Amino acid sequence: MKKFLLALLFAPLTAFASEHAHLDKAPINLEDYASIQRGAQLFTNYCLTCHSANAMRYSRLEDVGLTKEQIQSNLMFATDKVGNIMSIAMQPADSKIWFGAAPPDLSVISRSRSPDWLYTYLRSFYRDDSRPTGWNNTVFEKVGMPFVLYGLQGEQILKESAHDEHAKPTLELAKPGSLSPAEYNAAVGDLVNYLTWMGEPAKIKRMEIGIMVLLFLGLFFVLAYYLKQEYWKDIH
Amino acid sequence: MSAMQKLVGWIDDRFPLTSNWKAHLSEYYAPKNFNFWYFFGSLALLVLVLQIVTGIFLTMNYKPDAALAFMSVEYIMRDVEWGWLIRYMHSTGASMFFVVVYLHMFRGLMYGSYRKPRELIWVFGMMIYLALMAEAFMGYLLPWGQMSFWGAQVIISLFGAIPFVGDALSLWIRGDFVVSDATLNRFFAFHVIALPLVLVGLVAAHIIALHEVGSNNPEGIEIKKHKDPITHIPLDGIPFHPYYSVKDIMGVIVFLMVFTAILFFAPEFGGWFLEPDNFIPANPFKTPEHIVPLWYFTPFYAILRAVPDKFLGVVGMGAGVVIMFFLPWLDRSKVTSIRYRGTLYKTILTLFVISFVGLGYLGTQPATTVYTNIARVLSVIYFSFFIFMPWYTKIDKTKPVPERIPE
Repeated sequence: MKKFLLALLFAPLTAFASEHAHLDKAPINLEDYASIQRGAQLFTNYCLTCHSANAMRYSRLEDVGLTKEQIQSNLMFATDKVGNIMSIAMQPADSKIWFGAAPPDLSVISRSRSPDWLYTYLRSFYRDDSRPTGWNNTVFEKVGMPFVLYGLQGEQILKESAHDEHAKPTLELAKPGSLSPAEYNAAVGDLVNYLTWMGEPAKIKRMEIGIMVLLFLGLFFVLAYYLKQEYWKDIH
Repeated sequence: MSAMQKLVGWIDDRFPLTSNWKAHLSEYYAPKNFNFWYFFGSLALLVLVLQIVTGIFLTMNYKPDAALAFMSVEYIMRDVEWGWLIRYMHSTGASMFFVVVYLHMFRGLMYGSYRKPRELIWVFGMMIYLALMAEAFMGYLLPWGQMSFWGAQVIISLFGAIPFVGDALSLWIRGDFVVSDATLNRFFAFHVIALPLVLVGLVAAHIIALHEVGSNNPEGIEIKKHKDPITHIPLDGIPFHPYYSVKDIMGVIVFLMVFTAILFFAPEFGGWFLEPDNFIPANPFKTPEHIVPLWYFTPFYAILRAVPDKFLGVVGMGAGVVIMFFLPWLDRSKVTSIRYRGTLYKTILTLFVISFVGLGYLGTQPATTVYTNIARVLSVIYFSFFIFMPWYTKIDKTKPVPERIPE
């Protein structure tokens, strides 16, 4: 019964999600600092030219085990102060003309788009010569973003099913990149893990504190219960 | 005389401290049979205080400026010490306020807490509910996300459906032709000063009215009818302090456990408390796929959409709230509490709860033909509960009510 009610509670949200393309489960683990660090490297190398993360300070990466020196020498290309935010030089007015839409700030992208969406999206680009950029995406049709990770993944093409014309076309790797498909999936997993962590850097701390708070309240309840019993024994 | 007694005596000569303490706490006699449902009044007060305190700290760091608002919230979440905790307390508190208030109102409905002589308590309570809706609606614009912006845009445009003055009225509310910086600034002013003042004043009136006539109880029996001949204390009453103060501490802890479990482990609550679209900055040129009001408004939103005509829909939505004000004068039953009412009333009350929850669900869904038709049926049930109340409460077979609260 409880499960049924819970399912009913979340039904509208899952129903909403299923209207769109099938999403793969992103391998999110916010305690895997090495993965978040690798993701940060991909992010600063590949994303942080067109996309800003204006709510994110470089120094916050110390939370996932990096030192100031490591951040400065490996991840910072546009600025030298670790307290700075991850801003970009590209002006939204320019990028709007170049891409049709200004690339969104990615600070909280994992909270508006789900991690699963990002994980699937970044693995669903395919060659499409009818598009100005030469790329299209099965998750985000006619996306303005060119596929900047093609050097890693290679080039995918969209393949119609030979037997069943109603079946959904599938993606096929036509030209391999520098990473094998398994390596590429792992790299995108790292990147999405980073984006998810960046969406709410306080999340790990939040849950740790939450456990302590609940334990405290549990103990407090026992005391409050006996206090109430003590006072109320002359009423009943 | 101790120094403490001297100090209290000094104050009492100048300010009614002891007499107020007695009148509202240590010698306020509440019925001894309060049950689970009686926790929600004090919990609502607790959440009000939480919202005010966290709101003060948020105001210190938030920027009510269309160009800065969205990022200032993220700044609070990241760079302000404990900012994420304060922000989540406030966002979780907003939804939990409505959870608590809806349960509190349902308690009143079940046990007839609005019946004579408590009509004014109910009316003040309804005014609190109205002010709370305005407070929540205006507060939701402040994070300046897509849902903030478009939710406000849709709701304000509803005023445009009013004949003759509609367009001028919605323009006046927004201070611009669309929701904009001007709207954000005035909503901020209403949210942090005007409405909280109104709320606190109304809550004071609600409690003063309650303490004037005394609390109802699950039996719906007046405890003031049977008083001790010498002390004039109600025989079935116990002093609020310490009995209910220690009992309420227990309720507060259980509530805080639920509250903090949400706050620390699922502050978005699956998209119900913080919507995914609200993590995208407001964009006047891009309408989200589904514009959904927050869950506590959805029953009325569903009524609005169930009516084919836009203006009549707005009237229906307003009537859905306003009709609750008249409850004390619609109920003609001989008994107060549901415990002594007949099957007829219990059935209709159940249908009413189903219609309210059902409308709430449908308000979150896209308006398909099937859903709209179900919403129409549920809206009819919702209004029938009030409109036919004078009739069905009169013919309902009630049970005899004992003189004193049974052991």
